[in-house]
Amino acid sequence: MIQDSGMLKHSLQRLLGLIPTLLMLVTVAFFLIRVAPGGPFDSEKLLPPEVEANLSARYHLDEPVLQQYFRYVGQIAALDFGPSYHYKDWTVNELIAQSFPVSLTVGLSAMVLAFFVGTLLGIAAALRQNTRTDYSLMGFAMLGMSVPNFVIAPVLILLLAVYAGWLPAGGWDWSIAYMVLPVITLSLPAIAYIARLTRGSMIEVLNSNFIRTARAKGLPESTVIRRHALRPALLPVISFLGPATAAMISGSVVIERIFSIPGLGSYFVQGALNRDYTLVMGVVIFYGFLIIILNFLVDLVYAWLNPKIRYDEKR
Amino acid sequence: MDNPANLLEIKDLNVGFDTPDGKVHAVNCLNVSIKAGDALAIVGESGSGKTQTVMSIMGLLAENGHASGQALFKGKDLLQMTTSELNQHRGREIAMIFQDPMTSLNPYLRIDKQMTEVVMHHQGLNKTEARAHAVEMLRAVRIPDPERRIRQYPHEFSGGMRQRVMVAMGLLCAPDLLIADEPTTALDVTVQAQISHLMSALRRQSNTAIILITHDLGVVAGLAERVLVMYAGEAVECGSVEQIYYDPKHPYTQGLLASVPRLDKPEEDGLNSIPGNPPNLLALPEGCKFRDRCPKAHEACSEKPPMQLDEQKHAWRCFLGETA
Repeated sequence: MIQDSGMLKHSLQRLLGLIPTLLMLVTVAFFLIRVAPGGPFDSEKLLPPEVEANLSARYHLDEPVLQQYFRYVGQIAALDFGPSYHYKDWTVNELIAQSFPVSLTVGLSAMVLAFFVGTLLGIAAALRQNTRTDYSLMGFAMLGMSVPNFVIAPVLILLLAVYAGWLPAGGWDWSIAYMVLPVITLSLPAIAYIARLTRGSMIEVLNSNFIRTARAKGLPESTVIRRHALRPALLPVISFLGPATAAMISGSVVIERIFSIPGLGSYFVQGALNRDYTLVMGVVIFYGFLIIILNFLVDLVYAWLNPKIRYDEKR
Repeated sequence: MDNPANLLEIKDLNVGFDTPDGKVHAVNCLNVSIKAGDALAIVGESGSGKTQTVMSIMGLLAENGHASGQALFKGKDLLQMTTSELNQHRGREIAMIFQDPMTSLNPYLRIDKQMTEVVMHHQGLNKTEARAHAVEMLRAVRIPDPERRIRQYPHEFSGGMRQRVMVAMGLLCAPDLLIADEPTTALDVTVQAQISHLMSALRRQSNTAIILITHDLGVVAGLAERVLVMYAGEAVECGSVEQIYYDPKHPYTQGLLASVPRLDKPEEDGLNSIPGNPPNLLALPEGCKFRDRCPKAHEACSEKPPMQLDEQKHAWRCFLGETA
């Protein structure tokens, strides 16, 4: 019980620590995007000076930068990312609220798939270490990691959508059919990476002394693996999951483009290209928030898996 | 030759490892047997094949290792068994305590789980019965407050405590044979004494035979009746503790005993040691393996010396000290 309340206190501390980290992120991003040449209302055709002045006044861009900064920080403290400069009539909050669920669905499905398939393949390879199964699995994993997704996606579209006609080549209507190809494309490199990670750590764990003890107890090998080896072998995978999940659920520009998915990923690029200051800031802060939260969750899972960490935190 | 009184009979055991440099001959033509309730100590320096001997009978050799010969446990050859056949005996009739208590317990599981799984698997006890039995065993190895301690993780135990847990774990199913591979090496001297007292007390209670592997001749005297001395994968001498300690026949055994530091010797004599190193197990010399380091070596030693046996069942592999 003491242990649990220590854990709770620790969690609250960690969550409070989120605030300075995010503030730092806001500050760096805010000034970086303003240092970049050009502004949100620059275009090929020069605007009449009075229109530009009006626009700047409307969005407070005529104020000194520091004043803009403090205005912005005050604004996001109220969780308001402001209006998009480019997508008029939309606030950044609305853009994120509309597109994030799509990216989250695709990304989370891909991550869950990658976790299960990747660990299973990794364990299978580790148990058949240095056999043909192992070599072919690891060969495929190498391929999955080295072939870029803008190659995998068109090949899958060609095979499964164009030739076989089983699946739509792109688009989005929240049905499974539209999810299959983007999810597979997104998960393949992660499957490959997780498989390699799991194989390596599983082999190491299987050679450790406590596995020898478990075998000497006369337990069936399947029990030895499940009860004794799995948990330590998954630790490196768990620490990979945090940042990887954040990257996946915040949307992949390439995959959203190829499959015409209305996700969050394209706003990272579009926002930056259009110097859409508020949009860039919005997605950057949102992404940073996701990373921090997911790393925090990973640490919780880590502590749950590893009693030694739990103990150290208690003290 | 089969003697039904023998619990374990090792015949012509060879253990080899395939390595990129060639075949390592870890154990060569070893013959030894142990009766029910007996305690045999296997001594020798690092790399003499003590550990690999018992690893081979437990089916725990590394991937590149292979054993030939026979290891008859109650008349059945352990070396010929599949893993699942071996699992009928491992943990139930033959238990093993490993050298390093700090890493031999699973750091991710409570002691509870690690102990109860043995009896639940082998004796079909339910969780409550298994826990009660495990607590009882922890109490037998004198772990204070076992009901509370059993719920803890290995890192909450000291080295000596962990080794007691290992001993308790090994004795859970009241095995016929307990193999202890340097159970006290990683521990400090007072704890060493406690663990060896503990093992001999438990042995008397449950008539468990013990194979004790050690390079500590002091531990041997406290625990075992018979001693097997190994050198370069071979048995060089085998006899009772008295025979080995007071009448060592093989020059290697004599050297080992001379290198034990003694309080009653003048300090200026320093520590005795056997000059040289054990032979390379990749390319063992012909004849006596010890001859390059042996102060009594002569021409005859280039041939393999016979195993000599006197009437008191004291055996040694040397041309010297011949019996009539």
